[in-house]
Amino acid sequence: MIAFLLKRLMNAAFVMLAVAFLAFMIFRFFGDPVEMMVNEQATQSDRAELRERLGLNDGLLTQYARFVGSAVQGDFGISYRNQQDVMTLVAERFPATFELVIVATVLSLIIGVPFGVLTAVYQDRKLADGLQIGSIVGVSLPSFVVGILLILVFSVSLGWLPAFGRGETVDIGWWSSGFFTDSGRAALILPSISLSLFQITLVMRLVRAEMLEVLRSDFIKFARARGLPLSVVHWRHALRNCLMPVITLTGMQIGNLIAFALVTETVFQWPGMGLLFIQAVTFVDIPVMAAYLMLVSFIFVLINTLVDITYAYVDPRLRSEVAVKGGSAHGH
Amino acid sequence: MKLESRQFVASTALLLACTAGHAEVLKWGANRDIGSLDPYSYGDSFTINVLNHTYEGLVRYDKDLKIEPALAVSWEILEDQITWRFKLRPDVTFHNGNSFTAEDVVASLQRVSHETSPLKGNLPAYVSASVVDDLTLDIVLNGTYPLLLNDLTNIHIFDKQWLVENDAELPTDIGAGTEGYATYHANGTGPFIVESRQPDAKTVFTVNPDWWDTPAHNLTGFELLPVTSAATRVAALLSGEISFTNDAPVQDLPRLEAAPGVNVLEGVDLRTVMIGMSYRDTLDNGSDNPFKDLKVRQALYQAIDMDQLQKKVMRGKSRNAGAVVAPPIPGYTESLDERMAFDVDAAKALLAEAGVPEGFEFDFNCLQDGLVNEEQICQAIASMWSRIGLSPRLDVAPRAVQTPKRTNGQADVYTLGWATLPMLDAYSPLLQIFHSKEGNSGVFNWGDWSFPELDELVQSAGAELDLDKRLAMETAALQIVKDELIMLPLHQQPMAWATTEAVTDMPLFPDNKPRLWFASMQ
Amino acid sequence: MAIDVPVLSRWQQSDLWWSFQQRPSAVFAVVLLAVVILTSILAPWITPQNPYDLAALNLMNSELPPIWLDGGEYPYVLGTDVQGRDLYSAILYGSRTSLFIGALSVLLALSVGLTLGLIAGYYGGWVDNAIMRLGDVLLSMPFILIAILISAVAVQMLPSHLRESLTSLILVVAIAVPSWVQYARTVRASAMVEKGKEYVQAARLIRVKSWRILLHHILPNTLTPIMVAATLNFGLAILSEATLSFLGVGMPSDQPSLGTLIRIGNQYLFSGLWWVVLFPSIQLCLIVLSVNMIGDWLRDALNPKLR
Repeated sequence: MIAFLLKRLMNAAFVMLAVAFLAFMIFRFFGDPVEMMVNEQATQSDRAELRERLGLNDGLLTQYARFVGSAVQGDFGISYRNQQDVMTLVAERFPATFELVIVATVLSLIIGVPFGVLTAVYQDRKLADGLQIGSIVGVSLPSFVVGILLILVFSVSLGWLPAFGRGETVDIGWWSSGFFTDSGRAALILPSISLSLFQITLVMRLVRAEMLEVLRSDFIKFARARGLPLSVVHWRHALRNCLMPVITLTGMQIGNLIAFALVTETVFQWPGMGLLFIQAVTFVDIPVMAAYLMLVSFIFVLINTLVDITYAYVDPRLRSEVAVKGGSAHGH
Repeated sequence: MKLESRQFVASTALLLACTAGHAEVLKWGANRDIGSLDPYSYGDSFTINVLNHTYEGLVRYDKDLKIEPALAVSWEILEDQITWRFKLRPDVTFHNGNSFTAEDVVASLQRVSHETSPLKGNLPAYVSASVVDDLTLDIVLNGTYPLLLNDLTNIHIFDKQWLVENDAELPTDIGAGTEGYATYHANGTGPFIVESRQPDAKTVFTVNPDWWDTPAHNLTGFELLPVTSAATRVAALLSGEISFTNDAPVQDLPRLEAAPGVNVLEGVDLRTVMIGMSYRDTLDNGSDNPFKDLKVRQALYQAIDMDQLQKKVMRGKSRNAGAVVAPPIPGYTESLDERMAFDVDAAKALLAEAGVPEGFEFDFNCLQDGLVNEEQICQAIASMWSRIGLSPRLDVAPRAVQTPKRTNGQADVYTLGWATLPMLDAYSPLLQIFHSKEGNSGVFNWGDWSFPELDELVQSAGAELDLDKRLAMETAALQIVKDELIMLPLHQQPMAWATTEAVTDMPLFPDNKPRLWFASMQ
Repeated sequence: MAIDVPVLSRWQQSDLWWSFQQRPSAVFAVVLLAVVILTSILAPWITPQNPYDLAALNLMNSELPPIWLDGGEYPYVLGTDVQGRDLYSAILYGSRTSLFIGALSVLLALSVGLTLGLIAGYYGGWVDNAIMRLGDVLLSMPFILIAILISAVAVQMLPSHLRESLTSLILVVAIAVPSWVQYARTVRASAMVEKGKEYVQAARLIRVKSWRILLHHILPNTLTPIMVAATLNFGLAILSEATLSFLGVGMPSDQPSLGTLIRIGNQYLFSGLWWVVLFPSIQLCLIVLSVNMIGDWLRDALNPKLR
C-alpha cells in the first residue's frame, strides 16, 4: 500500500511539474513580459534594467526552478492589469466558482440519477425514449446558448430571476458566500442550471448504463423472484449497486466543471475565477492566466489522485495495477 | 463552530435589514472596472472619473463645466508669470481624519509628476511646488501657460502622512515586484469613502458625512458593478439589479425607452472619433507607404459614407464631424466642421492619381473594448474601403493587445477617440496628438507625422495668456489638421445613460462623466 | 488507407443496417447532417452573398428582418445582421467553417492518437512511458482550458497578415491537442493485447515489417470503439470551436463561424434583432444534435451488451 501511495503521489507531482512548465512557457514567451510592464515612454536602459531585475537574463532552467519555487509558495507575482497579488485575486474569486460548481453538481445528481433509473427501467416505453432523446439534446445544446435563452426568458421576459452577478454575499472569514441571502440564492439558479445541463446528461447516461448491467445480474433476478415489489428492487437494490461509479464520476468531473464554469461565468457575468481568467486572456494578463492554469490543474490532479487512492484502499487488487486512470472521463 | 454560524446568521439578518432600510444606495453598472484605486496608477479617464468621488483636485468643473474652486479657494499668477499661488480651503479633512494642508498638495504633485507616473503627461508645464504656509502654496511652471487650472481639475490630492506611513509616496511600480498600498486602499477628501473593493466584481462607496461641501445628492453610498457584456447590462437594468448605467448600448435605446420604469438620458459626447494613419516610410508589412500622399488620405476620407454609418451603425445618435474637436470646445469654429463629400468615384480617381489605382493592403487596427460600437464602425469602414479597391486587413482585439502595436508603429491605420479631457480645450489634441513626437508632446502621435508649421502654432498657443489670441492660434493649427487631413474625423459619438425610476435626478454631462454627488434617489 | 476484407465482413455481420432502420432518430440525424454538409459545401453557389468578402457587405441592407416579416427583402431570406451580412449566407459559410474545423481537428487527433497509441502499445518500455505520461499531463488539464490557452496564445503571436489565413488552423490544433489522448489509450490497450497473439508472433517470425503489422493487423481490431469515439468527438469539436469563438478567442468577426455569429448576435439580444442570434444557434444545435445522435446510435449498435 505504501509503495502504491508513493508511486501515485510521485506521479501527481510529475504531472504538476509538467503543468508548471507549460504555465512557465506561456509566462515567459507569450509576449515580452518587459514590454507588458513598462510604460510607453520607457527608455532602452529602463527596459534592460527591468529585464535584469526580473531575472530574464538567467538560464531557462534557473528561471523555471524559480517559477516553480514561488508557485509552490502560492506566489505568482503581480497582475499586470490590477496590479494586485495574483494569488489574492484568484483566492477572492474561488468561493464564487466553487459554490456555483457545488450547486450544479448537486443538481446534476438530483435530476440525473432518477432520470437515469427511469430510462433504464422503462427501456421500451415512450417516457424512456423521450428521456433518452432529451439527454442527447442536453449534450448537444451549447451551454452559452442555454444561458442566453435562460436570461432571455427568466430575467428579461418574466423578470423572475437576476441575469448577472451573485447578489448579496456574506463573508465568513475569507470565504464569501451567496448561500445565506435571498438575492444570493436567486442569483445561483440560472447559472447553475446552465452549468449542470451537460453534467445531468452525463450522470443520466452513466446511471442508465450501470442500471442495465445490474438489472441483468443474478442478485436482482433473485430479488424479483422473492416477490419484492419492482419499485423496491429498482430504486433500492439496483440503484445502490451503481452509485459508486456515479459518485466517482461526479468527483472527477468537479475539476472539469470548475474549468467549464468559465463559459457560464462569462454569460452571467458571475464574478468567479473563470471570469477572471477570461478577462486575463483578453488583457494578456499572463500571471493571472498562469495561476489559474496551475490552480485548476492542481484541483484536477488532487481529485484524481484521491479517487485512485480510495479505490486502491477499497479494492486491493488495483494496487498492483499502477496504470493511471487519470481524468479519462472528460467532458466538453 | 455552532456558535459562529449562529452569529453569522444574525449578522446576515442585520445586513439584510440595513440594505432594506436604505434605498439610496445607487447601483452603478459600468461597462468595465476601474484599473485600480490609485488614480495615478493608470492613465485612463474612467478610472480617474470614478475615483473623483473619493479624491478631489484643487479646482473642479461645475454643473456647466466651468472651473470653480474645490480644495483651493483662490489663486493668482505672480509677477514672474510662471509661478501660481494657491490659497487652500481651511478645515478640510481626509477620510482618515487627517487635516488637509499645503504639504499634501506638494506631495501629490510630486507623486503625479514622478518619472514613473503614467499621468505625468497630464501636468505638462509643472516644474516644482513649494509650501508657503499651511494653506498657501506656489507652483512653478516651465513658462507662461494658460491651462494649468484645466489640468489641475484631474490631479487628485492625497494625504501626505498617509502616503508616507504606507510607503506609497511613489506611483506603483510593477517592475519592483511590490503592490502599492494605494492600489487597494483610498483616502481622499471627496464626497464618498471607499468601503471595500473586489476587482472586477464590486467596489462599495459610502457617503462621507464630513465632506466640506454641502451635498446636492441624497445617496447613502453607491456600488460600482462592472458588467462588461452590453446585453447583460441591459438585462440587469430592466430587472432592476442595477439602477444606473453610464453606457447603455445605442442599439438597445428604443427597447429601454419603451420599458416601464427605465429612463434614458441621451446626448452627444465631446469625444471625437478619428482615423489615424502611419506616415512612416514603409507600412508594417515592409511595402512603401502610400498614406504619405495627401491624395490617398483624401481617397480614404471620401470613400466613407458617413450618413449610412450614422444612420445604421450609430442609430442616428452620433454627430458627423468635419473638425477634430467638438463644437463646445474652445478653438472650434464652424468652418472647420464642414465635411468633404462622400464620393466613391472621386476616391477611386484620387487613388489612380496617386499611382495606386489597384489599391494596396494595410492593417486596420481597432479595439474590441474601445469606442461606442467600434467593432461595427471598423467593419463598415473596411467594407467601404474595399469597395474602392483597397484591401484593409481588419485587426480587432482588446486595448491591452492593440496599444503596444499602436505605440510601436505596427498599426498602419487605427481609430482614436479624443474628448480633450480634462482640459476641455483644443490645445489638448493639438499638443498630444497632432504635434510632432518629442518629450511630452505628441504622445498619441502614433502615425509619427511632423508638420513644423503646426508645431510652431501649438507652442506659441501654449505660452499665450491672452484667451482670444490663443484661440486664434489653435484654430489656425486645426485648419492645418483639416487641410492636410492629418487624421480623418468621423463623428462625435453618442452617449447614453439609463437609470431605473428609483433614480430621480442624474445630470448628464457632455464630458460623459457621471458625477454622483449631483444624483438623487427616491 | 485500405480497409481489409475482414473488417468489411465484420461490419456486415454487425447488423448495423438493421439497427439503423429500427431507429428513426438515427435516420433523421443522418439525413439532417447530409443536408447540412451538402449545403455548406455548395454554399458559394447557393447563397446570394459571400459574407467573408468585405466589399460585398453594404450597410444599406443592414438589419433587415427575415423575409416573412414586415420589411424583409429578397434575397435576404433569413434577414441580415448589423453589417448587412445576409444571415442565410453567413450561416452556410459559418457552418462550413465550423464543420471544417471540427472534422480536421478530429482527423488530426485521430492520426496523432492512433500513431502514438500504436507505437506506445507495440514497443512498450520507455517510449510507452513517455507517450502515456504526456497524455496524463494533458488529461490533468481541463479540455476547454487547453484549447483557450493554445488559441489565445497562438493567435496573439501571429503577425496580423498571417492571422486571417491561419486562425482556423490554430483552432484545429487547439481542439486536437487535448483530444488525441483518448484514441491513443484505446489503441494502446488493444495493441498490447494483440501483440501477444499468435498471428502477430507469426508475422514477426516471417519478418513482416513492424509498421505493416501495426497497420494491417492491430489497427483494424480497434476501429469499432475508435469510430464511436471519433463521431462523438466530432460533435464535441464543433461545440468547442463555437465556444471558443463565442468567448472571443476563436474566429474573428470578419470571418464568422457559427459561434462568432452568436457572439455578435448576443450584443443585439434586446434590440429586436432576435434573428441574428436565433438562426445561427438553431443551426449549431442541429449540427451537434445530429452528430451526437449518429454517435449514440453507433455506440448502441456496436455494443453487444446493450442490444
